[in-house]
Amino acid sequence: MFYREAGQFKTSYKADQAVFPIFQDKVFVAIWLLIGFVVIPMLANEYVFRAIFIPVIIMALAAIGLNLLVGYCGQVSLGSGAFMAVGAYAAYNFMIRIPDLNPLICFLLGGLSATVVGVIFGIPSLRIKGFYLAVATLALQFFTDWTFSRIDWFTNYTPSGSIAVQPVAVWGFVFDSPIRKYLLCLTVLVIFTIIAKNLVRGRIGRAWMATRDMDVAAEIIGIRPIFAKLSAFAVSSFFIGVAGALWAFVHLGSWEPLAFDINLSFSILFMVIIGGLGSIVGGMLGAAFITLLPLFLNQLPIWLGINMSTAMVSHLEYMIFGALIIFFLAVEPLGLARIWQITKEKLRLWPFPH
Amino acid sequence: MKYDLLLRALLLSVPLVMIGCGQDEGESNSNNPPEATKSASNAEGIIVDVSDDNAQFIPVLSYRTGPYAPNGMPVANGFTEYLKVINARDGGINGVKISFEECETGYATARSIECYERLKNKGPTGAAVFNPMSTGATFAITEKAPVDKIPLITMGYGRSESRNGGVFPWNFPIYGTYWTAADVLITHLGNINGGLDNLKGKKIALVYHDSPFGKEPIPLLEKRASMHDFELSKLPVTHPGVEQKSTWIKIRKEQPDYVLLWGWGVMNSTAIKEATGVRYPRDQIYGIWWAGAEPDVRPAAADAVGYQAVSMISSGQAQVHKDILSYLYDAGLGSGEREGVGEVLYNVGLLNAALVVESIRKAQSKYGEKPLTGEQVRWGIENLNITEQNIQDLGLAGYMYPVNLSCSDHEGKRAARLHRWNGESWEYSTDWISGDDAVLQPMVKSASDTYAKEAGLDTTACDS
Repeated sequence: MFYREAGQFKTSYKADQAVFPIFQDKVFVAIWLLIGFVVIPMLANEYVFRAIFIPVIIMALAAIGLNLLVGYCGQVSLGSGAFMAVGAYAAYNFMIRIPDLNPLICFLLGGLSATVVGVIFGIPSLRIKGFYLAVATLALQFFTDWTFSRIDWFTNYTPSGSIAVQPVAVWGFVFDSPIRKYLLCLTVLVIFTIIAKNLVRGRIGRAWMATRDMDVAAEIIGIRPIFAKLSAFAVSSFFIGVAGALWAFVHLGSWEPLAFDINLSFSILFMVIIGGLGSIVGGMLGAAFITLLPLFLNQLPIWLGINMSTAMVSHLEYMIFGALIIFFLAVEPLGLARIWQITKEKLRLWPFPH
Repeated sequence: MKYDLLLRALLLSVPLVMIGCGQDEGESNSNNPPEATKSASNAEGIIVDVSDDNAQFIPVLSYRTGPYAPNGMPVANGFTEYLKVINARDGGINGVKISFEECETGYATARSIECYERLKNKGPTGAAVFNPMSTGATFAITEKAPVDKIPLITMGYGRSESRNGGVFPWNFPIYGTYWTAADVLITHLGNINGGLDNLKGKKIALVYHDSPFGKEPIPLLEKRASMHDFELSKLPVTHPGVEQKSTWIKIRKEQPDYVLLWGWGVMNSTAIKEATGVRYPRDQIYGIWWAGAEPDVRPAAADAVGYQAVSMISSGQAQVHKDILSYLYDAGLGSGEREGVGEVLYNVGLLNAALVVESIRKAQSKYGEKPLTGEQVRWGIENLNITEQNIQDLGLAGYMYPVNLSCSDHEGKRAARLHRWNGESWEYSTDWISGDDAVLQPMVKSASDTYAKEAGLDTTACDS
C-alpha cells in the first residue's frame, strides 16, 4: 500500500533512467537527507556524534568504495586498511609540506595518492583472480604497515611515529565541534554516494559488472579487462583513500600506523559482505552494523542494570557479535541490503498479501 | 519461517547467557559463600553509583581482555580497589565519595577514544581526570583533553615532552617519562662499567613494541649513543609481540652487550623465553617498568632469574594493602585474587589512584569539599605537593614518593631504582639512580617547542 508504483507511468527515457524511478523512493531519500542534515544535528549529543555518527559515516564511505571493487567488479581486496593509510598519510604530507593548501584539497590529493597505489597494486588482478588476488592485496597491507612505521619521512620524523593534527580549517572556518565534523563527513558521504551511484549505473559500472559476472564473456563483447579492473581499483581506492584521510583528520585527530592495520581491512570487508555485495545502500548498512553493534552490546548490560565485570562484557560482546554475523549470513546471505529490498517488496503488497 | 525458531532461540539465549555469566563472576570473586551474602549490604557506601550527585566521578580505562590482559588486570584492580578503600576506610575524600566506571579498551586506541567520549561527561561534574593506561591512547586524548578541559595523568608513560606544562598544561607524566627511564638505564649501564665513557664501542640493542610506546625512548637513546659512542641497534616487535624468533636470532648473531626491553603484555614473557632459547644471559637484559612485573617473568619461571627492570614501584605491602584486604576482600568485594594484592602492577595501579585522590584532595583545598570539575582538578595536580608525612598518613609508607609539581615540571621525579627477579619475587637491586637533566631538559624543550609550533599554540611561559 505504502510502496506501490501503480499509476506512475514512465513516459520518457529520462524518467525510465532516473536514479529513483519511483516516487516513494524519492520521498524516502528526501526524508533520510532531512533526518541526516536537520533532525540529527538538533537532537544528538556529543557522544553520539563522536562515537557513533562520525565513525559510521566515514566507514560507510570506505565500505562503498570497497563495494565498488568487490561487489561490482568482483575483485576481492584485503587492502582497504592500506588504502586508508595511504590516504591519511598522503593528506598529512601534503598539508605540512605545502603550507596554506586547503585541507579539503589535501583530502582529495590523499585520495588520488591512494588511487595511484591502488592502480599499481591492481595490476596483478589482470593475471590472478579470487583468493589469490586477496593474498596479493594482503601484501599491500603489510607493505604500507612497514612503510609508514619505518620510513620516518612520511611521519615528518616524529619521534614516536604518532601523528597529531589540528582540526580541519577551511577558509577560516574550523571544523572543531562534533556537529561541524559530522556535517562535513555527511556532506562528503552524500557527494561520493551520488558519484558512486551514477558510476555504477553508467558505462563504467556496467563494464565492472560484466567483468564480475564472467570476465571471458565480457572481453568477447568488447570490454577491455585492463580498463574495467584498473578503473575499479582506481575509483575504489580513491573513495577509501578519502575515507582514510577523514578517519585520521576528523575522527582520530592523532594516529599511529596501527590505526590502519589488517583488522581495519577485515572489518571493511565484513561491512561489504554483511551489508550486501553490489549495493550502495548495503555499504552504509554494513558500516552501521559492524561499527555500532559492538558498542551496543558493550553498553547493553549497563542499560539493563546487570552488574558484571567489564571483562565479561567484552567476552560476551565478541561471542554475540560473532554469533549474529553467522546468523545474518545464514538467514540472508545477500546481506542487509537484500533484507531492505525484501521489506520494500513486502510493503508493496501490505496489508493485502496474496 | 524456517529460521524463526533459530531466531527466537538466539534471542532467548542472550539474556540467559548474560545472567548465567554474571552469576559465575560473582561466585568466583568471593572465596567463601557466607561472606558473599553479607557483601550486598557492605557494598553500600563503597561502590557508589555514577548517578550520585554528591560523588566525585573518576573514569577508569582498563583492559581485562586481549593480549595485554595479564598486565592490564592487576593495574585495573589496584586502581579501582584504592578508590574503593578510600570510600570504605575514609568515607571518601574529605567526605566526598568516589564513584567510578570502568570501560574496556583492549589497549586499542580507537576503543580508548570511544571510552573517553563515553565517560567524559558522566557524574555530576564530568570526569575528574583520565588515566589512559596506554601511550597510543595518550597521544590521541592529548588532542582532545584541552578542548574538554579534563587533565590526564600518565604515570610513567605518555609523551615524554609533556612534562613541560607550559606547552602541555593538561598532561601530567608524574614519576617519570620514558626518556627519564631510558636515561636511568643508560646511567646504570655507565655505573656498572665504571663511567659512561666506558660505554664506548659497546653494543646496546633496544627490543621494542612497535608502537608509540616502544618508540618513545629512541630519541633519548640515540642522543646518548652519539654522546658516548655506543652502538644502538633498534629491533621492533610487531603488536602483540608473540612472534619474536627473528629478533632474538638476530641478537644471538650480533651478541649485543646489553638488551633493553621495551615491551608490554605477552611480549615480555615471550621475549624472556626467546632469550632463554638463544641463551642470551638474562642478567644483561634490562626492562622498562612496564616489563618488570610478575606476569612477565612467571611464564619463564627459573629462566627469568637475574632479569632486571627499572622500577617505578616494586611488589610488597604497606598499611593500605592490609586495609584493602580487611575492608574489601574480607567482605567479598575484592576484584581479583587475594594473592594479587601487592604485586608490582597492582601497586602501580594503586600508586596511580593515590595520585588521583591526592590531586582531588589538593583541589578541594581551593575549591571546596564537593565534586569538582576537570579544570579544578587540573589545578590540584599542578600544585600537588606530597610530603613524606602525607604518605605516612595515607598508609602508603614506602609505596609512594614525595613529589612537588609545578607548571614547568609536570613530572616531579627523575630518579628510579632497578629491581631484579630472584625467581620468587622482585627485589630492589640498586639504589636510586637519577637521570641527567642536563640531557633531558634541552630535549624536552625542543620537542615541546616543535609540538607548540605545529599545533599553533601560544605557549604560556611558566612563572615558577
